[in-house]
Amino acid sequence: MSLKDVLSPFKVWERAARKPWTVKNPIDERKGSANYRGFHKNDLEKCIGCGTCEDICQNLAIDLVPVENVETNMGDSGLRPMIDYGRCCWCALCVDVCPTGSLNMSNEYNWIEEEAEGFRFIPGADKKSWDDSDKGYHQSDDIQLIDPARIVMEELEAEERKSTFVEMVKGYSKEKALLEAERCLECGICVARCPAHMDIPEYIKAIREDDIELAVKILYETNPFSASCGRICTHSCEEVCALAHNGEPIAIRWLKRYIMDQVTPDQIKEIITNNIQVNNKKIAIIGAGPGGLSAAYYLRLLGYEISVYESKTKGGGMLRYGIPEYRLPYDQLDKDIDYIASLGVQINYGKEIGKDLSFDELYGNFDAIYFSIGLEKPTSLRCVGEDLDSVVAGVDFLRDITDGKRPDIGNDVVVIGGGNVAMDVARTSIRLGANVTVLYRRRIEDMPADLEEITEAQEENVIFNPQSLQTKIEKAKSGRLLLQWNNMKMVEDPEGDRPKPIPIEGDLESKEFDTIFSAIGQKADLSFISEKYEEKMKFKWGKAVTNQFGQTDIPKVFAGGDVKNWTADAVSAIADGHSAAKGIDEFLQKR
Amino acid sequence: MKEISKSKYKNYVADRSKYPLLKDGKPEFDLNSHMFTKIWQGPQHPGVTGNMSLELVINGDEVIDCKTHVGYLHRAFEKLMERRKFMQCFPIVCRICVPEPDTNEYCFSAGIEELAGIDIPEKAKWIRTLNLEMSRVASFLMWIGGQAGSLGMGIIGQWTVTMRDFWLDLFEEMSGGRIYHMYMIPGGVRKDLPEGFELRVKKVIKQTRELLVDIEKSFLNNAITKSRLQGLGFIPPEMVEEYGIVGPTARASGKPFDVRQNNPYLVYDQLVMKMITSDVGDAYARTLVRFAETILSIDLIEQIMHKMPKTGKIQAKIPNVLNWKIPAGQTYIKAESTRGEHGFYIITDGSKYPRRIFVRGASYTHAISVLEKLAVNISISDTAALMVSLHTCPPEIER
Repeated sequence: MSLKDVLSPFKVWERAARKPWTVKNPIDERKGSANYRGFHKNDLEKCIGCGTCEDICQNLAIDLVPVENVETNMGDSGLRPMIDYGRCCWCALCVDVCPTGSLNMSNEYNWIEEEAEGFRFIPGADKKSWDDSDKGYHQSDDIQLIDPARIVMEELEAEERKSTFVEMVKGYSKEKALLEAERCLECGICVARCPAHMDIPEYIKAIREDDIELAVKILYETNPFSASCGRICTHSCEEVCALAHNGEPIAIRWLKRYIMDQVTPDQIKEIITNNIQVNNKKIAIIGAGPGGLSAAYYLRLLGYEISVYESKTKGGGMLRYGIPEYRLPYDQLDKDIDYIASLGVQINYGKEIGKDLSFDELYGNFDAIYFSIGLEKPTSLRCVGEDLDSVVAGVDFLRDITDGKRPDIGNDVVVIGGGNVAMDVARTSIRLGANVTVLYRRRIEDMPADLEEITEAQEENVIFNPQSLQTKIEKAKSGRLLLQWNNMKMVEDPEGDRPKPIPIEGDLESKEFDTIFSAIGQKADLSFISEKYEEKMKFKWGKAVTNQFGQTDIPKVFAGGDVKNWTADAVSAIADGHSAAKGIDEFLQKR
Repeated sequence: MKEISKSKYKNYVADRSKYPLLKDGKPEFDLNSHMFTKIWQGPQHPGVTGNMSLELVINGDEVIDCKTHVGYLHRAFEKLMERRKFMQCFPIVCRICVPEPDTNEYCFSAGIEELAGIDIPEKAKWIRTLNLEMSRVASFLMWIGGQAGSLGMGIIGQWTVTMRDFWLDLFEEMSGGRIYHMYMIPGGVRKDLPEGFELRVKKVIKQTRELLVDIEKSFLNNAITKSRLQGLGFIPPEMVEEYGIVGPTARASGKPFDVRQNNPYLVYDQLVMKMITSDVGDAYARTLVRFAETILSIDLIEQIMHKMPKTGKIQAKIPNVLNWKIPAGQTYIKAESTRGEHGFYIITDGSKYPRRIFVRGASYTHAISVLEKLAVNISISDTAALMVSLHTCPPEIER
């Protein structure tokens, strides 16, 4: 210590004359930075109410609540996050995990409210001054707290699969299935979308916990055809998956398949033990497809005596006779059917109603009838020459293939149509060694077939000839068939519907083919129902009109599956079967 | 501030020859004798760092006995984390230390990364190092204010806290938060540095350096500071290991140990830095060491800004955080905070939740056993200065 130390502090006297650092009006002069974690804002249009923000919030500050003007629909829970600022710690984890990117933060940090309750608000719905601010903490692409990329499924290469009916999708290994299951956000939006309302998040959770027994039990609660659905389901659940908004959806279908791949038919019987209390009521089911057998399964669990009548020699309906083996191997289908049969469901193969047995007989002998028949009657091509030989219905061809026949279709074939049947026919023909062209009257993107079927067909060198309408088929001099078509142009629909194809006048093309497959649609063959009953039942556009449980206007008769619903896929038929089982049970209990 | 001076108090030994007598290592006094008064310093006292209190027994103005009381801000961070998924813990760990949350964020994230087997990208390492050094500067600036304030020089505190606010502005830009940055998360950091950030850092560095020159003149080379701090709270080198003293406090007693240099983490091995020590061991020496370390941190920030990769990823791939399970294991991660070695002991059991997270802050010894020992025989007016010279931070004691 010296005199210097006494004088030194005075050297900074200049600071006394400096302008102060403080600002006079901090609210206006001191805005939050561009990245500031301020008050929340939510884009209600983008938000799907998945609740991932609610799950991740470590303070339980977020609740999902119904909001005015937000409708619940497929893919949107109709709920929106409400945030309690008495709990929020502004960590912005909710922003980082939001799968749609709708939830963000503004850079606003001043809010004066008379009532403490006011600080609990629904961003986006309760209008705030910062709603339109583009500053503040936003989700960035630099970090990913949820996993947007799907685990790749191994498949046979296109060249390899062109010559074989071996199943092309190889299935997940345990390691891959666990990784894929880990991606799930457990929002449950898929459950509402699934026609059968399968408990998807729960069985995915069971996979994560490696509890296959529990997973199988969960599957059988809503779907006794899981081995089949795990392969060929139209998986509309994946379309609404929260992860699909900024990435790839969970491979829900492949995970279901993974579960069923882990168990043998005997193990299923060990896992799903049922204590059936038999009652003496008898139910007849027409059609041993997924719809009929699902109804049989759930009715059997309720104790009913079930007789299933099937015109063909094997069960599975369109799953067996409509879907080629490379997509759904028959042993997997048998796995599902065998378990149902093992419960005491009596399946009478080769018994066609209307021929071997009359509908009236069934009506008299059983307490209730459920019919769930497939669409097997092809729709007419509506062009000259469609009744020539070698013009074959796609469904008939697929049935022959299932029966083990390998019909001679020649080298050049054309498939007319753009649905899944058309794709199956085209790809089966490829496997028989033919060059295949697909003729469709609209654009490829308008095709009703699944996108993956279209891309896989393209990989297998199926030639697509869209915007072409068949006009004439005739015998060529060479003995083959000459198909003539008219090129189409797409015209915008004034009412805002999808564009319509209009023939371009005079723009005709033709080519010779060995075989022409028609696959533009199928109808149900309802001739088995005797006239006196058919009159009492209502049909609209060839589909049975029923109440929500599948009950027709004749109380004893229930219908479901492709003959009733418009989606006409396996899982809808299964869902119909399940709800009809509930309906039949309620109907018979009341009586 | 080039060299840290030696002091004539080097051989200072606390004089316990007066009273009371020690019995079984504890002072014996009779409050009814009217010779002693018991008073509480804190928890509501401007001279106490954060929420803790000192139970002082004084004789005249001399402290005879000191006992630290904690429990005023226990929020059960460690327990809370046992019920939270790994990613949900990072908003909690930063709250363990208000002036310097980033060391906690780093230790937690690094521990989780080690147990989960994640390597973070190079750029994330540099950004983390930058973040840690910035937080050191901000923390030291607050400490200078506290040390000066404890001697009645409140104006110094106003200058440094203003300057700290400019550093907080930088944090706000970088992370979106001023106090709790919540910026480092397992896997990396949350945002890339904003555009033009380097320029603004340079501007603040310039202002800070100017201020530090003034502080050296007005605070360090000040007759009052020297007369009050020299000889206060002397820690002999042999006490360092016995009491587990770390950080600048240990370095001021001649123990050259700094986690950043002795066990380099992140990119500290790529930075040039000098070990700052003093062999004096009193409160003034600690002040000088901390002051020099503030300047060192600013130097390091300049080095980092210069050497840092300009592009690159900032986050390693991590699984879906909702279902993130980490294999069973345990680890201890340490880092150098402004108060010394700061450690996280993390145990996982293969589930989605940490089994146990134990936080060890330097204040656990500094504010309890060390302070209780050093406070004896000093003037009651010096207790605040002594406490600040140990840079105590109560939330580290109560996790």
